[in-house]
Amino acid sequence: MSTAAATDIATMKKIASKARINTIKMLHEAGSGHPGGSLSAMDIMTVLMHRFMKHDPTNPRWEDRDRFVLSKGHCVPAWYCLLADAGYFPEEDLMTLRKLDSPLQGHPVNTAMDSMEACTGSLGQGLSIAIGMAMAAKLDGKPHKIYCMIGDGETQEGQIWEALLSAPKFKLDNLVVILDNNGGQIDGPVEEVMSLNPVVDKMNAFNWHVIDIDGHDYDQIIAALEEANGVKDQPIFIRAATVKGKGVSFMEAKIDWHGKAPSAEETEQALAELSA
Amino acid sequence: MAKASRLAFGEALAEVGAKNQNVVALDADLAKSTMSKIFADQFPERFFEMGIQEANMIGVAAGLALSGKVPFCCSFACFVTGRYDTIRISVAYPNANVRVIGTHAGIGIGEDGNSQMGLEDIGLMRGLPNMVVLQPADEVETKQMIEFLANRHEGPAYVRLTRQKLADVSPDGYQFKLGKSVVLRDGKDVTCFATGGTVQGAVAAAEELAGEGIDVRVVNLSSIKPIDADIIVKCAKETGKLFTVEDHNIIGGMGTAVAEVVTEKCPVPVFRWGLPDVFGESGSPEALYAKYQLDGPGIAAKIKEFLG
Repeated sequence: MSTAAATDIATMKKIASKARINTIKMLHEAGSGHPGGSLSAMDIMTVLMHRFMKHDPTNPRWEDRDRFVLSKGHCVPAWYCLLADAGYFPEEDLMTLRKLDSPLQGHPVNTAMDSMEACTGSLGQGLSIAIGMAMAAKLDGKPHKIYCMIGDGETQEGQIWEALLSAPKFKLDNLVVILDNNGGQIDGPVEEVMSLNPVVDKMNAFNWHVIDIDGHDYDQIIAALEEANGVKDQPIFIRAATVKGKGVSFMEAKIDWHGKAPSAEETEQALAELSA
Repeated sequence: MAKASRLAFGEALAEVGAKNQNVVALDADLAKSTMSKIFADQFPERFFEMGIQEANMIGVAAGLALSGKVPFCCSFACFVTGRYDTIRISVAYPNANVRVIGTHAGIGIGEDGNSQMGLEDIGLMRGLPNMVVLQPADEVETKQMIEFLANRHEGPAYVRLTRQKLADVSPDGYQFKLGKSVVLRDGKDVTCFATGGTVQGAVAAAEELAGEGIDVRVVNLSSIKPIDADIIVKCAKETGKLFTVEDHNIIGGMGTAVAEVVTEKCPVPVFRWGLPDVFGESGSPEALYAKYQLDGPGIAAKIKEFLG
């Protein structure tokens, strides 16, 4: 059994920085993948894993663990890096991402890796799965939480809105949804492709407990997740404003970096920045 | 006594729910029609009314299953299997213990017409790895299947049920086994494989044809995936000709599954009958079964056409 560690912010920033470096390396090695959203989600994921989630690297299927469902499954490289760092599997396995016979599938697969909670990657589905997990915890009288990260482009999917409509009905205060609002998707800015705004107003109108934060500010991320722990009878929706490609200057806020691997030169430059 | 398989399902779900606390049910505003209401009335804390949100319902069922529950996720066959990608990625891919229940299958729903008729659902579900596809022929088989799926099966399953009443056809002492089919009537001239709503008509057709000197073997093919390849090969060898009939498009359904086995293992002439790659329409169930030749006289006529 394990409990959430009270890792300090400086340490978490180092962990996130190392995971960003590994993300760049593994995407370069794989020759494909999604750096933009992996890097935008990294700080939130790091705080979740190292400050809030109860989990056990030696027992990934521990029944009372908190669950993390990555609905925006294409950003799983970031989570793989954090899992490896936490000791779920050897760090050298990261370089097998997207390669034949690797448990590190291009998108999360629970049957390939014990520390994956579901199969996601076809966008719009993970939130419904997280709701089912939250209902099961309520039925069993278990205190564990379900954290679910969704993307902003993903939130254009109809099933997401079905799910958003349904969670408040069941008073799922054990469900925390984090919107990684990095503003970009393959065909362009979310605002141009299909705007979600005013997304905070919409979620308030849907009867969620809404918290609006900067998804790279560790104090704000911690405060939001602490606030979430105190909410009763309502699911929690954290709108996290983030920067696509965060941490690598030439990737930041660039739509082009949604879904392509860095070249050798680009990798070198990115690693130099992240190591500085 | 004739009973709709959806009603037998609702009764069976309440029975298994009383014994297995992990059984939960979800419905999408059709609980009174799918008969999940029988379970809901007895176990309200384990029933989730999801509203008219079939995709979300399926995903929520997946989350429940991945947390150790055995969710029965209910709607009309057409609506629930219409959310194909959610079933594919959230249920089948993770091998989640979800039971997708599709009622009001086929033209047997009647007057509501094509938009409410599940006519391609077997083909859709059969094509998914990990997915089991079952279609019971009567009350006793329905109840045995539901008990099996509640207590003794790991992995996703699709069950196809009827709105209309089905006559008892299973032999005394029948016990459903996954991947097995049962001979309801022996015969040597041709084998008629039927499933779900057409089984009672197949039995009637065999009786009618017996009076004309045609000896029809009837097999209830309720386990569509996995399929009983042994009995198909045996019938191919012993009767030489195979006829299939189902309330489903002839493309992708049970008949296609039979033809796949026969083609590879024991090629003999196969005549597939069902909806001839058309959509359904409004009408009484009886009138529709007569028009599309899925009732006793219709099946008898098509078998004679096959035998020439």
